[in-house]
Amino acid sequence: MEYFLSEQQKTIKHLARRIAEERILPVRAELDEKEEFPWAIIKDLADADMFRVFIPEEYEGLGGGCLDLCLVVEELSRVCSGVAISYAATALGCSSLLEYGTEEQKRKYLPDVASGRRLTAFALTEATAGSDVSAIRTTARREQGSYVLNGTKQFITNGGEAEIYTVIALTSPERGIRGASTFLVEKDTPGFTFGKKEKKMGLRASATRELIFRNCLIPEENIIGREGMGFIMAMRLLDRSRPGVGAQAVGLAQGALEATVDYARQRIQFGHPIISLQAVQLMLADMAIAVEAARLLVYSVARTIDSGAKDFTEEAAMAKVFASDTAMKVTTDAVQIFGGAGYMRDYPVEKMMRDAKITQIYEGSNEALRTVIAFELRKRKARRE
Amino acid sequence: MNIVVCLKQVPGITDVKIDPQTNTLVREGIKNIVNPFDTYALEEGVRVKERYGGRVTAISMGPAQAEEVLREAIATGADDAVLLSDSAFAGADTLATAYTLARAIDKLEQYDLIICGRQTIDGDTGQVGPELAEMLKLPFVAYVSKLDEISNGYMRVKRMVEDGYEVMETPLPAVLTVVKEINVPRLPSLRGLAKAKSAVIPVWTAQELGVDNNMVGLSGSATRVIEIFFPQRVGRGEIFQGELESQVSSLVDKLREATIV
Repeated sequence: MEYFLSEQQKTIKHLARRIAEERILPVRAELDEKEEFPWAIIKDLADADMFRVFIPEEYEGLGGGCLDLCLVVEELSRVCSGVAISYAATALGCSSLLEYGTEEQKRKYLPDVASGRRLTAFALTEATAGSDVSAIRTTARREQGSYVLNGTKQFITNGGEAEIYTVIALTSPERGIRGASTFLVEKDTPGFTFGKKEKKMGLRASATRELIFRNCLIPEENIIGREGMGFIMAMRLLDRSRPGVGAQAVGLAQGALEATVDYARQRIQFGHPIISLQAVQLMLADMAIAVEAARLLVYSVARTIDSGAKDFTEEAAMAKVFASDTAMKVTTDAVQIFGGAGYMRDYPVEKMMRDAKITQIYEGSNEALRTVIAFELRKRKARRE
Repeated sequence: MNIVVCLKQVPGITDVKIDPQTNTLVREGIKNIVNPFDTYALEEGVRVKERYGGRVTAISMGPAQAEEVLREAIATGADDAVLLSDSAFAGADTLATAYTLARAIDKLEQYDLIICGRQTIDGDTGQVGPELAEMLKLPFVAYVSKLDEISNGYMRVKRMVEDGYEVMETPLPAVLTVVKEINVPRLPSLRGLAKAKSAVIPVWTAQELGVDNNMVGLSGSATRVIEIFFPQRVGRGEIFQGELESQVSSLVDKLREATIV
């Protein structure tokens, strides 16, 4: 398939694949087994300028867009989406800074993100606020040139490992979600600690932790955007990051498909490789069709965003939902074709199936996103577009 | 610290085929790569530069396409690169190669350290490094596995020997050959690849080096390859039959006969 990538995008994709195959593949099973944060690989990614891809040139980045980032995430996920999400979470963690930060804030933080010296994290979810973002309880009280944060964030990717946290908290709790604001909190700020590291089904190389704020004092210049803008900013940033989850799902599905074709060519049953069985052929063909369709949707939406489109809520949701449902289906079928061997940890497809599940859940559950798509459909009809 | 790293482009496979008519490598359909041992040399050069400052210059002698390895060197941290290429250099053995490299390094004028891989994976001789040091009249340390430190014009290194290692100090400039234990070479970076793509790599010919044409290429070579052949594999397995007891005693007899036991 011709994807019409630029020379630079081809270079990015090629190098990301090389890192995945040379540095991640040999250790992915071990990282999964030990639930170990992949610091050595993060360093390799940093040395290869992968963290510069999504940072503008004026802050020591390479100025790539959404598609460039998707290509890296896809290639890393093809080998290990646990590593990929640790990388992608940093792109999300600094996105509010990129889109809404002041010049001073950008100069202070972005060069360190570009060089890979500091990872970032995005903290919205709380125990009471999953799909219902309006139920967040973390507060930020204004007090003599500072804000005082109190509350607990849950399931935060890169929690404990990142140095810079984007935290959504209520500056005016009485105004509900319209009283939410976005803050930058640096690790080691007094009053900011970490809760338990979660034990997960998949993405086990990545770190997922609670962030606990107890009278955590941060300077007032650490607010991103204006007070009360937190919710709308977060929603727009998530629209922008959803193709990235789509790319993660496409990479995962691609990895599972390739592993399955290899296995089906080698596995002999009834005197022939099982790939000569029509039942297996039909499954493989459906897997390949779905992966390609998902990839094209993700790339198209990423290009729409890169073209400067203003509103892409619906398209971004479509890319995320379709790609993640594809990843779940393809990895499940991969395990099916591997048979008993696929259920064992000796082969990569059981990990891929575990890793795939979360892509249907996070950054907007697929159910929540389907209602978003339906809402946009109704809105358009009402406007007679 | 100005560091020179010598690189060679080699066929990128381990089972190289040889044309029985010409006794040369069959290069069709084979991807060329940087000699793997040279990647450790380059990485060490780049690390020395990062630690002590300076520049890394990669040089290679070879046909025009050897420019590829120099671009890859720039993508992984070299600052400059020079290709030594001339039809007069063709067919060089290690002596003529070392002579040509030495003249090029002379032409670079400023250098404090020259690093080579321990050997190539095609020629496998391990001779170019020491010959180069001899021609440049510089101290030489082979099989370096660790570069400890550089201070006051001296360098302390650890080198592998058969039953352990030696720690040596050498004045600079010096020539080193390195083993794979010394580091893990980095992958290219995106900025490096962009730089490599646009880098201008000068090509130095015999004339520009001012070399004696009788000292380079085939005419400057002290050795000739007369024949290259695969060793005959003689499979001489023998299967003993009969009772286990008699099989064991036949085996023992055979081993005694061969004075193995």
